[in-house]
Amino acid sequence: MNQVPDQHGRFGRFGGRYVPETLMNALFELEDAYLKFSKDPVFLAELDGLLRQYSGRPTPLYYAGRLTERLGGAKIYLKREDLNHTGAHKINNALGQGLLAKRMGKTKIIAETGAGQHGVASATVAALLGLECKVFMGEEDMKRQELNVFRMRLLGAEVVPVTSGTRTLKDACNETLRYWVSHVEDTYYILGSATGPHPYPMMVRDFQRVIGVEAREQILAAEGRLPDVIVAAVGGGSNAIGIFHPFLEDWDVKLIGVEAGGRGIDTDEHAATLTKGRQGVFQGSLSYVLQDEYGQVLPAHSISAGLDYPGIGPEHSYLKDSGRAEYVPITDAEALEALQVLSASEGIIPALESAHAVAQAIKLAPTLPKDAIVVVNLSGRGDKDVESIMSYLEGENR
Amino acid sequence: MNRIDATFERLRREGKSALIPFLTIGDPDLAASAELIAACAAAGADMIELGVPYSDPLADGPVIQRASERALQNRVTLEDVVRTAAEARRLGADIPYILFSYYNPVLQYGLDRFFKLLEEHDISGLIVPDLPLEEDGELRDRAEAAGIHLIPLVAPTSHERIARITARARGFVYCVSSLGVTGMRSEFHASIDDFLASVRSASPVPICVGFGISNREQVLRFEGKTDGVIVGSAIVRKIEEALPLLGDSGKRAEGVRQVEQFIRSLRV
Repeated sequence: MNQVPDQHGRFGRFGGRYVPETLMNALFELEDAYLKFSKDPVFLAELDGLLRQYSGRPTPLYYAGRLTERLGGAKIYLKREDLNHTGAHKINNALGQGLLAKRMGKTKIIAETGAGQHGVASATVAALLGLECKVFMGEEDMKRQELNVFRMRLLGAEVVPVTSGTRTLKDACNETLRYWVSHVEDTYYILGSATGPHPYPMMVRDFQRVIGVEAREQILAAEGRLPDVIVAAVGGGSNAIGIFHPFLEDWDVKLIGVEAGGRGIDTDEHAATLTKGRQGVFQGSLSYVLQDEYGQVLPAHSISAGLDYPGIGPEHSYLKDSGRAEYVPITDAEALEALQVLSASEGIIPALESAHAVAQAIKLAPTLPKDAIVVVNLSGRGDKDVESIMSYLEGENR
Repeated sequence: MNRIDATFERLRREGKSALIPFLTIGDPDLAASAELIAACAAAGADMIELGVPYSDPLADGPVIQRASERALQNRVTLEDVVRTAAEARRLGADIPYILFSYYNPVLQYGLDRFFKLLEEHDISGLIVPDLPLEEDGELRDRAEAAGIHLIPLVAPTSHERIARITARARGFVYCVSSLGVTGMRSEFHASIDDFLASVRSASPVPICVGFGISNREQVLRFEGKTDGVIVGSAIVRKIEEALPLLGDSGKRAEGVRQVEQFIRSLRV
């Protein structure tokens, strides 16, 4: 595949920089700084040191033997991003961008968050690097993820409730961008997904690539060959692009992104942007978007706050249209079921986001021969979700 | 000649600067918007910005966000906005129209259809706040071909971009008074006057300033420094205050009169 993005931040036709003029120089400044430091051995060594010493990388690639046996098909490996410090892959990017902010001389950082994992990761990095941190979070998500709100506050961050629009991730992103426009001269925006205007989709991908780079080495060490399939959940798409990217040239490795099918993709309540959306400009880039015929962005729905987003990173749109990756929906109910299966069979409680990827693996594995290999990106752990899972399951039983 | 150019020529002859109100069309409903557009013209507005309501107005503060939400509750579309403006012509609004829309509604409507619609309904200018010069090539070419002015924004952070932006500007250059989103404010960017002077010296077309200008004192503050001012949130706020009147067909005239009076008070 060609090197993407190009200098205009385009992945094929997707991507770009669709933002108010006020932000344009900040984006160019960021791009210049990123291109400079991403080639600086001192910067890279510092990031690598933190990923190892602070976050606990490399994360294991774990062979899920009992789950494999139960499903009776392909071997399932789990890339254990849930074992990162703060409990999800989000820390990989937050550390990278936090260090970059510091090198750029910024003392204040802002971040958006849905499930709270990126907010927690940003608040953590702010504490570690001595930066001031504000996290914008939808009021609705603050209710769903109360524990993470408390964690962020404990870490010294200010959590700013977002009351506009849908009061979820979409509007948290809008509010963070609006705040950034007002404070662009001294504030660094740590965007948490592979979305938004260039250079974010490229930069976030690069900081998350460590997942795929490690997984590649680990599966070669364990099995002596590459996997047949890699499965990852996609909301904005950062964990998926992180694990997919180092395998893009390995044409025999099938890449499957799992979208939130919510209450079903034939209802209005889902977040299956690539399955049901159309191309449009949303929050800084051209990509697939859930929208009505007039171009108004539709509210998404997912049991998982981290996938509850009507947009998608532009590189995923590119991978979908080029056919290199395939995107499938998993419903709320299927994700909940998968979460329970993995918990009971392996003693691993996945985040609701990651449970979508597990659910797809559970569907897929029995259809494949026993010597096939499926790698699932277990992007986060489920501790943050335990309370909401409890209320969902109680609701089901009632 | 484009009506915007003709208006600036007239203002130059008269030694005046332009007053350009912004309205979110469809707030509170289309019929009220048509009357409000006509009221703007009657109150001495020289041109008017017609805001297309959008679900994710990134460049807007809470006042215009709420107006957008109200209009979207009525499912107001891009086409409705343009037709309402045409309706206001029949009510006596004979000033140039500038459509203000985020890019996605335009993109989804389709660029061919879009420019045909604008031409058919006598729209003279276009502002797309989330389309910087790096992304505006296709829209610019189409606008040029249709004789519609694509009016660019410049910000206090634009610095060396000012020359490139103004070189391609048509109609006028929209100078953003402060960092941030639309909305009333008591202070503008610290170096606003230097910024305006640098845009003015670079620009081959008139320059206007907007974002946060909400009263006569602030309009006066920019007198002589620009060729016009844009007043948005303060008017939309007046409309919001007059909602109980505007929403009631028996009392609508009084609501419209209040908004008209406010706009008149801005006229220097």
